[in-house]
Amino acid sequence: MSKFQMNRRTLIKSGTAIGAGLALPTIFTSSARAYLNEPKGGTVTLGFNVPQTGPYADEGLDELRAQELAVQHLNGEGDGGMLNTFSSKALKGNGILGKKVQFVSGDTQTKSDAARASAKSMIEKDGAIMINGGSSSGVAVAVQGLCQEAGVIFMAGLTHSNDTTGKDRKANGFRHFFNAYMSGAALAPVLAKAYGTDRRAYHLTADYTWGWTQQESIATATEAMGWETVNNVLTPLASTDFSSYIAPVLNSGADVLILNHYGGNMVNSLTNAVQFGLRDKMVNGKQFEIIVPLYSELMAAGAGANVRGVYGSMNWNWQLQDEGSKAFVKSFGEKYGRPPSNSAHTCYVQTLLYADACERAGTFDPCGVVEALEGFEFDGMGNGPTLYRADDHQCFKDVLVMKGADNPTNEYDTLEIVEVTPRAQVEYAPDHPMFAGGELGKCNSGA
Amino acid sequence: MHPARGFIDAGFTMDAIILQILNGLDKGSAYALIALGLTLIFGTLGVVNFAHGALFMLGSFCAVTLQKILSLSFTVEDPSQKDFLGNPLKVDTPYIVSWFGDATGNAILNWSVPLAILFAIPVMLLVGYVMERGLIKHFYKRPHADQILVTFGLAIVIQEIVKYFYGANPIPTPAPDAFRGSVDFGVLIGFAQNEIIYPYWRLVYFLFSALIISAVFAFLRFTTFGMVVRAGMADRETVGLLGINIDKRFTIMFGIAAAVAGLAGVMYAPINSPNYHMGMDFLVLSFVVVVVGGMGSLPGAVLAGFLLGILESFASMNEVKSLIPGIDQIIIYLVAIIILLTRPRGLMGRKGVMEE
Repeated sequence: MSKFQMNRRTLIKSGTAIGAGLALPTIFTSSARAYLNEPKGGTVTLGFNVPQTGPYADEGLDELRAQELAVQHLNGEGDGGMLNTFSSKALKGNGILGKKVQFVSGDTQTKSDAARASAKSMIEKDGAIMINGGSSSGVAVAVQGLCQEAGVIFMAGLTHSNDTTGKDRKANGFRHFFNAYMSGAALAPVLAKAYGTDRRAYHLTADYTWGWTQQESIATATEAMGWETVNNVLTPLASTDFSSYIAPVLNSGADVLILNHYGGNMVNSLTNAVQFGLRDKMVNGKQFEIIVPLYSELMAAGAGANVRGVYGSMNWNWQLQDEGSKAFVKSFGEKYGRPPSNSAHTCYVQTLLYADACERAGTFDPCGVVEALEGFEFDGMGNGPTLYRADDHQCFKDVLVMKGADNPTNEYDTLEIVEVTPRAQVEYAPDHPMFAGGELGKCNSGA
Repeated sequence: MHPARGFIDAGFTMDAIILQILNGLDKGSAYALIALGLTLIFGTLGVVNFAHGALFMLGSFCAVTLQKILSLSFTVEDPSQKDFLGNPLKVDTPYIVSWFGDATGNAILNWSVPLAILFAIPVMLLVGYVMERGLIKHFYKRPHADQILVTFGLAIVIQEIVKYFYGANPIPTPAPDAFRGSVDFGVLIGFAQNEIIYPYWRLVYFLFSALIISAVFAFLRFTTFGMVVRAGMADRETVGLLGINIDKRFTIMFGIAAAVAGLAGVMYAPINSPNYHMGMDFLVLSFVVVVVGGMGSLPGAVLAGFLLGILESFASMNEVKSLIPGIDQIIIYLVAIIILLTRPRGLMGRKGVMEE
């Protein structure tokens, strides 16, 4: 009998407690529902998904360094870096929403399936509330899709394909890095000025999503300047020796070679092209030129002297002299003894932007974060006034046109800034044909 | 490009064909050298060595390492220049330049890749010796599948060690200034100027590999050591019964095969900047070369190396690609299938090899 009474009391008590517990979120928070991996206790976990093995491991390491630095700055350690120059002052150096920031890392291996697996593990096992980083568009598109399904925010790292914020855009995904269209829009006028408007271009293109969109972007932009596209040859991603693709360029009548290659492909194709004496050739009465539309300073170092005088574009470079860039280069340089790469920069900025959005939204709820990031205008992060456009979650900001330095003094200044292309010149409509076919869909908080 | 147009203009002109033959010979040189080493090991020790690509990569890193050793520097702070953080710039001067003076010091640095040949030979012989005595010899009696697994594992271990010390990025290792740029090859064979331009270093690479291949064949053909090894390849047991220590000779052959792969790697360094996974890129191709040439046949390996190199180059021509899209990615395997269907032992394979 007494046993029964105990049970009844327990039932009533626990019933009340559960009822109160269920009601609590609706009483104390603005949004009614819980969300995936809601941080409990005094910490919040971010997931950094970067290539730690494979050919992009060095670039991944640089991203990871920057992400660690961002976490330090968020937790009020170090000199604060770009927190001092960031136009939004919501972050106070006491973590995010008062919670200390910690992180876990995964290895993308620059393979879509491995990247999805490591992101999934960080979300499910480690309770990561967001995923940041990466060094390939194939990976970015794959992980972005996963984050959308799972219900966490994806802050893309180095991904330059138009598709990431074009046909494959997602409500939970955000890209700070620039894209192939912007490279074309920034490069074409500089190329026309340097090499004239009467040029015949031969493209070698890496045969995957990024290569295709970059080729299309550069061809369209240069054709608008009066250039003719003589040929576009797709090269297998696994190619190492490009000699048999470069030999036909010699007698094709082209006077410009455009290498839509990245990473190891770029290092090898550029080296091969220089070996074949293309840069010493005169065609159609003009000096033959080579262009590498997307530069990475790590890969430029791999190509050595072959990048000298070759034009390309970048999202950011440590030689910029604005206050934000100087602050970031200083704290990164003092910690790691080298200047940061542009992939490090974008991952660092993305981490701060995410944290700031949580602070402004007052929640880690992905849908709150999405709302806070959409249409967000900011400055002080190294690229001038920047807009996170609501329509496609793409950042619009100044872009850099670069050139291989003639007399580099060390492995870090192999590239020099030719021009900071103003944002207005690289903007496009959200429904531009190169970005068409995608829908953001609805934000997913994983509830 | 429309296929027909391809035939009419630039396509299939004599100069384009000669260029692709040169490219093919050049690619084939690397394939042939690696396949030669693979066949030597297979023929003598009966081991399928999947770590052979890693030996090629180690050869390239011998060139990288020598370049690094030669450019070991002392650092002087120069207050008149600033580094990226605004501190006084640290200027590195290689010891070698300060010891021998600017001209001689820089010339030695400049010739680091050819010098690396001398450096790589003892290093690679040693690597081969240690590999054979330390690991491979325990797998002579094991099935080929075990050998493949263990050597493949070894290849990954070697790769990761190299990555640990040198990073994942390619490391530029240029050829001497005298061999940079390209030569007007067309003029040499009676074409007009500027029709067939070919890089100096690639011609050097082809001649070098021809030399190494001839040296290996001469060694096996004209020395007593080579005769014993050839006898051992044909019938190991009988040679052993004659009181000859064939194992010792086979160990040396493993070292030589490693050195051949290593030299192929050293000379390849200026063609494409070495990185830790370059061996894997060559490994699969080299196996196809060995199979097409005929398991255990040295001339077969060399012949198939050049043949597949040339076919691969032609398959990359725009005119061919426009006729059969994607042919450049599959040509090697397509040829392998055709050869194996029509000549199951490969081009020059002998009866009884891998057929027990």
